[in-house]
Amino acid sequence: MPMLNRLFLPTLGLALVMFAAAPALIVNAPYETTMGLVQKIFYFHVPAAMTMFASAFVCGLASMRYLFGRRATADRVALAAAELVVLFGIIVLVTGPIWARKAWGVWWQWEARLTSTLVMWMIFVAYLLLRRYGGPGSDRLGAGLAVFGMANVPFVYVSVNWWRTLHPKTSVVMTLDPGMRPAFWWSVAAFVLLYVALLTVRTRLAEQRTRLEGIHLALDD
Amino acid sequence: MKTPTLILAVAMLLIGLAVGPAPAAALQQPAVTAADQAGGDGYEPVSSLPPAQQETLPAAPMVMAAYAFVWLMVFGYLWTIWRRLGAVERELAGVARRVDDLQRR
Repeated sequence: MPMLNRLFLPTLGLALVMFAAAPALIVNAPYETTMGLVQKIFYFHVPAAMTMFASAFVCGLASMRYLFGRRATADRVALAAAELVVLFGIIVLVTGPIWARKAWGVWWQWEARLTSTLVMWMIFVAYLLLRRYGGPGSDRLGAGLAVFGMANVPFVYVSVNWWRTLHPKTSVVMTLDPGMRPAFWWSVAAFVLLYVALLTVRTRLAEQRTRLEGIHLALDD
Repeated sequence: MKTPTLILAVAMLLIGLAVGPAPAAALQQPAVTAADQAGGDGYEPVSSLPPAQQETLPAAPMVMAAYAFVWLMVFGYLWTIWRRLGAVERELAGVARRVDDLQRR
């Protein structure tokens, strides 16, 4: 498609190649002692969560820029980032329970990390619904909601350290066994590249829609 | 299905998954959970349980299901982006034709 910019296709291609190669590294990573094979979900679950958090920050910061600087570009970036929070959030909220079912014996526990992640995800779903159906002024109201959603991220992150939960603590990543690190950081890089590609193309879509609306308004006049 | 409808459907599915299956799973499978261990009076080795009560859930299909879901979501999202871009492009081409017609008049 002509409207795809030069950054999108190479980034997406590289991300997909990295995703295709990831299972080879993951299979060769050592088994975790207590959980065994099911712990391999970690290599997609945690990078997806990191990408979700990063996207929430992108959305919140772009929304602040829109609220205080009136930059229309920032609003389009915020909209694109919010959609990606929801996308990566679905991945986190589905792969997590699959892992939990085997590791904890239940699909879900209403404990701090899981509940706060679900609440954060629902805030960004609310943002998208507001932008879609909110009518005039929903851009500013949505920007406020996005800042609130971003403010949730640190609480979701430290929830496992502040409250007693079944979920592993934040120290898991920093203390990862050297044998597990290549597969993990490879997956993180793949998710980041995928995120950059999707953010680029989704922002471009928002720009084209704005352009189209502008032309329609000019024609009506 | 439009994006907000899809988001709502997925949200309902997730909430249903979160609220629904947990008690059912607990009834069907009284295996030793982390929560049970934390609140129990003592530990009992899993080998002492009768075969029906032992955890027999295989890990491999769950790992594959998780990875398949990630791929499904990524390609599903790419497909929706592709469709939306195509629709905007078609509309832009239509508007360009309309502008040309107006200029000719």
